[in-house]
Amino acid sequence: MEMQKLYLLVPLAPLVGAIIAGLFCRVIPRWVAHTVTIAGVAISCFASFLIFRDVMAGNTYNGPVYQWLTSGNYRFEVGFLIDQLTVTMMLVVTFVSLMVHIYTIGYMQDDPGYNRFFSYISLFTFSMLMLVMSNNFMQLFFGWEAVGLVSYLLIGFWYTRPTAIFANLKAFLVNRVGDFGFILGIGLVLAHFGTLDYAAVFAKAPELAGTTLQLFGKGEGVALMTATCILLFVGAMGKSAQVPLHVWLPDSMEGPTPISALIHAATMVTAGIFMVARMSPLFELSDTALSFVIVIGAVTALFMGFLGIIQNDIKRVVAYSTLSQLGYMTVALGASAYSVAIFHLMTHAFFKALLFLAAGSVIIGMHHDQDIRNMGGLRRYMPITWITSLVGSLALIGTPFFAGFYSKDSIIEAVAMSHIPGAGFAYFAVMAGVFVTAFYSFRMYFLVFHGEERFGRAAAPHGHADHSSPAKESGHAGSSDGHDEDHGHHADDAHDAHHHGLAPGEKPHETPWVVTLPLVLLAIPSVIIGYVAIEPMLFGDYFKASIFVDATAHPVMKELAHHFHGAFAMAAHALTTAVFWLAALGVALSWFFYLKRPDIPAAIKERAGWLYTLLDNKYYFDKFNEAFFAGGARLLGRGLWKGGDAGLIDGIIVNGSAHFVGWLATMVRLFQTGHIYHYAFTMIIGVFVLMTLWVTRA
Amino acid sequence: MSGTPLLSLAIWVPILAGLVVLATGSDRNAPLARALSLIGAVAGLLVTIPLYTGFDLHTPAMQFVELKPWIPRFNVNYHLGVDGISMLFVILNSFITVTVILAGWQVIDSKVAQYNAGFLIMSGLLNGIFSALDGVLFYVFFEASLIPLYLIIGIWGGPNRVYAAFKFFLFTLFGSLLFLIALLYLFISSGGSFSILDWHRMPIGMTAQTWLFLAFLVAFAVKVPMWPVHTWLPDAHVEAPTGGSIVLAAIALKLGAYGFLRFSLPIAPDASHELAGLVIALSLIAIIYIGFVALVQEDMKKLVAYSSIAHMGFVTLGFFIFSPLGVEGALVQMISHGFVSGAMFFSIGVMYDRAHSRLIADYGGVVNTMPKFAAFFMLFAMANAGLPATSGFVGEFMVILAAVEHNFWVAFAAASTMIVGAAYTLWMYKRVVFGSVANHHVAELSDINGREFLVFVLFAIGALGMGLYPQPFTEVMHSSVDELLRHVALSKIQ
Repeated sequence: MEMQKLYLLVPLAPLVGAIIAGLFCRVIPRWVAHTVTIAGVAISCFASFLIFRDVMAGNTYNGPVYQWLTSGNYRFEVGFLIDQLTVTMMLVVTFVSLMVHIYTIGYMQDDPGYNRFFSYISLFTFSMLMLVMSNNFMQLFFGWEAVGLVSYLLIGFWYTRPTAIFANLKAFLVNRVGDFGFILGIGLVLAHFGTLDYAAVFAKAPELAGTTLQLFGKGEGVALMTATCILLFVGAMGKSAQVPLHVWLPDSMEGPTPISALIHAATMVTAGIFMVARMSPLFELSDTALSFVIVIGAVTALFMGFLGIIQNDIKRVVAYSTLSQLGYMTVALGASAYSVAIFHLMTHAFFKALLFLAAGSVIIGMHHDQDIRNMGGLRRYMPITWITSLVGSLALIGTPFFAGFYSKDSIIEAVAMSHIPGAGFAYFAVMAGVFVTAFYSFRMYFLVFHGEERFGRAAAPHGHADHSSPAKESGHAGSSDGHDEDHGHHADDAHDAHHHGLAPGEKPHETPWVVTLPLVLLAIPSVIIGYVAIEPMLFGDYFKASIFVDATAHPVMKELAHHFHGAFAMAAHALTTAVFWLAALGVALSWFFYLKRPDIPAAIKERAGWLYTLLDNKYYFDKFNEAFFAGGARLLGRGLWKGGDAGLIDGIIVNGSAHFVGWLATMVRLFQTGHIYHYAFTMIIGVFVLMTLWVTRA
Repeated sequence: MSGTPLLSLAIWVPILAGLVVLATGSDRNAPLARALSLIGAVAGLLVTIPLYTGFDLHTPAMQFVELKPWIPRFNVNYHLGVDGISMLFVILNSFITVTVILAGWQVIDSKVAQYNAGFLIMSGLLNGIFSALDGVLFYVFFEASLIPLYLIIGIWGGPNRVYAAFKFFLFTLFGSLLFLIALLYLFISSGGSFSILDWHRMPIGMTAQTWLFLAFLVAFAVKVPMWPVHTWLPDAHVEAPTGGSIVLAAIALKLGAYGFLRFSLPIAPDASHELAGLVIALSLIAIIYIGFVALVQEDMKKLVAYSSIAHMGFVTLGFFIFSPLGVEGALVQMISHGFVSGAMFFSIGVMYDRAHSRLIADYGGVVNTMPKFAAFFMLFAMANAGLPATSGFVGEFMVILAAVEHNFWVAFAAASTMIVGAAYTLWMYKRVVFGSVANHHVAELSDINGREFLVFVLFAIGALGMGLYPQPFTEVMHSSVDELLRHVALSKIQ
């Protein structure tokens, strides 16, 4: 088959599945919905694999599919750029998506929105593929917003839950703040490069490196590249949940678990990372932008990790670890180690999807109780989930030989060698982050799978009664809607079971094969992909021209290659490094705290109450945003409406003129007396005045 | 086809159909009136199709021109013609008329013939505005089109309809008077010509241009409407029946914007450049100020009315950037807004027909009882928020990009709509559609029927088709827009 047709097939196959399952969701039986969507994604995954082999053989492609719009001298096209970077993303996206599709059969089996759910996740796959396969900024933005839309629909999938529909609105709006910067960045690209086509922009970038913009009155001005890259990165901060635009991601856990794995861990949230790597020819031209990137990434990596420590909702722990890992990837970008960022993106996609799906499996086993304080000892009841979770956790904390080790360790090494301003702080953050990650990951692991069995107790607190859950905030937001009083649920809604948990005496159970099979299939790459891929991806010529690094200005990768002596040696050597011991210390400490002496964390919580409050309130970002931005906007709107429109314009000007006309009419009416002699007199005076004027003029 | 007076057909077919419908008289013949109206509206749409298929992309000149003397004594002619700027609006208007007739099918049960006839006649008059090339002819259509809309609001409107109809009428009449004075001035100073195209070519001094520009500005700003002469629009929408709102938003708001392109820019190019800053400032105020006002509206129709004003801010902004991307983006935004705001008002109408409330607080959890409706409403809400793949994105995207080229901070201010526009639209959607069933009114709602489904599909084809493939819409504009900008770049001062 012609390759161009194959390229088209990759996004269109899931789209067709989504359309069939979506338009006919009320008439087709469930098996049709999951068969067509899974078939679509499977075709897409297989086609991606064929394309991967073709690209590895050296056949890249850059060309239009159709002309979207022309205007003036500008052409906007829909088109594909198929190169090493693209095809890596295509494989990751389609493979994880396929796993999630299969898993969903089990996870959503009781849900009345089964067909709709399959339609959404296939639509997501289409959107994400359009994003990564784009050869221009316009289509990138299309994919960017389309994944945002599907994310919105999926977070709010259980649309009767107040917390879910609060979370999805929040996610959409926070992402829009990012997109606001993103579109301005795209605007600067178009205005200065005259095109939105990647290849043409990248080719022209070096000659525009010296251009400055007079954005802030007179003075030196801002370098075009700095402004453009920072604005584009603001978009990435929204999508990839970097501080301070991270606030939507933890709340997005309101969505069903399969999409937390697919969208909010493996693929969509990494779109920002992908985008910056794709734009490497631009970012390489601005050290200021790279510094900005590395600092934001470092803050996210460390401070979001801290929050993972105190979470009790199993999905939220994983969510904070995702935030922290996205911070690691961002740090790698800032250090000009784009290939390392993509490498970590890939390993993370596997082990984090695994951790989320395993968490979902636990949730099923626990009858939709998500509070890890109610779990414990699950390894006896859910052996496959247990082992795969362990694999995922080991990969996450960077245990030598596991996938996460190779990528995370490479990031840390790269930061150590970077000389970009901010790299010193970033190095501290990623090192400290190693300990924190190990600590909270194994805290969760021990509380869930080991120790005393705490489930099935009548008085056990439930996941969503937990005071650190967002119920409080959403109730707060709900009050501005006037709907918070109404919590009436439909008895037939399956997710009502969400609040149930295990009854006393009931035991958790292992989940069906459609759930455990994806766990196993994701566990395999979580172990081996790092070992296999590190050499070609980071130090070989894997990415070729798809990622550009200015090796003289930012020689990080060269130095990294210098220290690299093969994947085995790297892992073996790791045992002597601080990174490894920090992680080991984290695991040991969490074992001691949560299995051995559970009284100690309780005592710490008691003593350092202020710290706990700070973390429990997530550094007060949500409260600030809610009060300042949401409240401020409403206040401003009301002021402009009542004061401006109703008060000034209508009240004074419009009705004022009406009153004036009314007053004038009253005055004029005085002349309408109805007496002939009044009129005659007035006429005489008028004639007299006119004659006087005429005479004087002459 | 070259001999067929297509534009006359576009104007007179709906008007004649309207008169025929009117002749059916009382409501005893309502089914007949409805059927005839639909036939008339569809026929009106069909006669406009050749305007697109037979359109010559390569000339900026007027096409399908008809020229006959009307009042020879004052050199007034029945002079029609369309170019790439106006042609699409004739088709859009005829399309909207079909949706409006369908939208009122079961809902309007008193004075059916008169209601439908009003819309058909108005449709013809609006086509007249977009194709008139004679100043007097334009003015006659411009003013005459007010009458049916005034009657529709005043007769089939809500409880406060008389106030709203008056406010609407007085605001626009106020603008029209200045417009008339400007036309008379042009007639005299051109040595007795009412031809708009002559006026385009005629040299005019700076002072006169400035006055003309300001007179046009007031006339058109009221129609657009621009801040601060916008306050009639929310009232008019709130009181208007659904069909009235659809036409008002989809077509009537476009008249002012069209006037800028047909009169202000080509007749007073120097003043347009001189005063562009003023218009851009007013446009940005419309985008930001009105966006925040929309956020706190409690009435859905008011909210969408305010959002229309904000969207029209993009149109006037795009025009006064004076770049092809800006002007075409603005034109795209106008057409898109026709589909999207029409659909938004129709959506609200669908709910109003069932629950008899437009207040957000009276709803909640509509998706539970009206899932099909919720899906369509989501599509149009997203289009209203400018999501890619919908038409709402294309115009905003083009204007924002053009604005970056013009001035970064103008673009910065305009792009804020990305956040605010999404906030007011989706917050409303959340409160109305999502959640548990809020009250027994919502519990008793029935999902959309076949007729409503059809109207939604028509709008959806417009909104999605234009979003996925805008090229067919913009390619017809290129020659005319390029020519307009070339013309505007030349000074008329001698």
